[in-house]
Amino acid sequence: MNAEAFEQQVRAALYAIAPDIEGEPLDADVRYRDQFEFDSMDFLRFIMELHRLTGVEIPESDYPRLQTLNAGVAYLRGQGARED
Amino acid sequence: MSEFKMPSLGADMEAGTLVEWMKQPGDRVERGEVIAAVETQKGAIEIEVFETGVLEKILVEVGQRAPVGTVLAMIRAEGAEQAVAPAPAVSPVSLPSPAPSPMAPTAPSVATAVAAQVGRAASAMPPVAPVAVLAPGALKITPAAMRRALELGIELARVQPGADGVIGLREVEAVVSAPSPAPEAPAPAAQAPREREARGGLDLDEMRKAIAAAMSRSWREIPHYFVSSTLDLSPMLDWLQRENAQRSVLQRLHYSVPLIKAAALALKATPALNGHYGADGFEPAKSVNLGIAVAMRGGGLIAPAILDTDTLDLDTLMERLNDLVARVRGGRLRSSELSASTATISNLGEDTADTLQPIIYPPQVAIIGCGRIAERPWAQDDALSARRTLIVTVGGDHRVSDGRSAANFLHRLDDLLRQPERL
Repeated sequence: MNAEAFEQQVRAALYAIAPDIEGEPLDADVRYRDQFEFDSMDFLRFIMELHRLTGVEIPESDYPRLQTLNAGVAYLRGQGARED
Repeated sequence: MSEFKMPSLGADMEAGTLVEWMKQPGDRVERGEVIAAVETQKGAIEIEVFETGVLEKILVEVGQRAPVGTVLAMIRAEGAEQAVAPAPAVSPVSLPSPAPSPMAPTAPSVATAVAAQVGRAASAMPPVAPVAVLAPGALKITPAAMRRALELGIELARVQPGADGVIGLREVEAVVSAPSPAPEAPAPAAQAPREREARGGLDLDEMRKAIAAAMSRSWREIPHYFVSSTLDLSPMLDWLQRENAQRSVLQRLHYSVPLIKAAALALKATPALNGHYGADGFEPAKSVNLGIAVAMRGGGLIAPAILDTDTLDLDTLMERLNDLVARVRGGRLRSSELSASTATISNLGEDTADTLQPIIYPPQVAIIGCGRIAERPWAQDDALSARRTLIVTVGGDHRVSDGRSAANFLHRLDDLLRQPERL
């Protein structure tokens, strides 16, 4: 999968748990917490949704690596490479 | 025959706009079933029916605004004879229609009757005006699109459904960008109040008004006291980390879940903090329905209840909380969730501030405020260490309880959180 497909997955997970931010400008390098007022419950729901969409098992210790769109894309790509 | 009325979803609600009927006249309705949706200052709320029977007649059509207490429909109880329904409380709006008159009042007698019904002065009743002229019937429209259309004062008759036959936000927005046919343009005066900064389709000015009304009343009427304790959450958080490490993503628990469960159990043991204060004074509640304050993006908050909170295991509680947050963010809350709270918990969350002195949401008599969890110095057994602690503040109603009740609650909460595996 390419970066664009991973980005689609991350965005799909975001919009599934926070439909109110769909269509809002999204800065790919700013933490969701800082641009969308995500709290830890929003973030956990995002992780759950991302898991549902990708099947990737995300340990709690990896949560800091998924705080922005670009970081999430890089993370998924890394997981994909491991599975290949 | 019974009346299905516009419910009061909190002390702050005066009126709502009917946005959807899920049932049509002649349909069977079950007690507890959601049969209508109403747009309020708190967003779209699903309204449940309290009787099993047949929906006899709809008296308030989609798009009409009606004060609390207005009869929305008549329900014929099972086995009852068909009877003649009363005349509509609010004159129906014809469709399609030219620009509606912006502030068309209902008959004063109706407003007065409704005011008497809900025990308010007639002068306090807001004028009843159709907000937008909407197509009733089998229209398929997403809740967000409905809200947006109401905000913009767009007639749904002008909106072309998408390829799937459903009107979504995109289709509503398309009407805004398209040149508007002159005869159907909404009157500017009618449109103006809806043209506010809104996010997620929710009118935040309206929500602020609702909060202001409820909190002003609370501060005016309730003699508050505040009692705080610093709780060592390290045992609970260590347990949770071990627990979550063994669980797959979808089974994980958020830290607020053991906190909510422990608070519910502690409330059960402190009846003077759990219930409602009404015309006849304090009525302790039989169950614990803890209202969970959820912040809205862009400002405002809403505190729907999780029913029978104290009886749910942690996994079920996590599911309920997840569902509740999902519906606060993008879906709809139910009327019972907004009127059933027996106490409320408000959790500021991570990266915020140390303490929260919360204001009681009437007619409740207590509220629990939690600051952020932070590593703080902790003295115990003649030694200092760093622990993750939480400062919990109980706001109580002095007409009902004293600081001692809140202190008992905090002791109980502390004990429960030290044995998280037993929650």
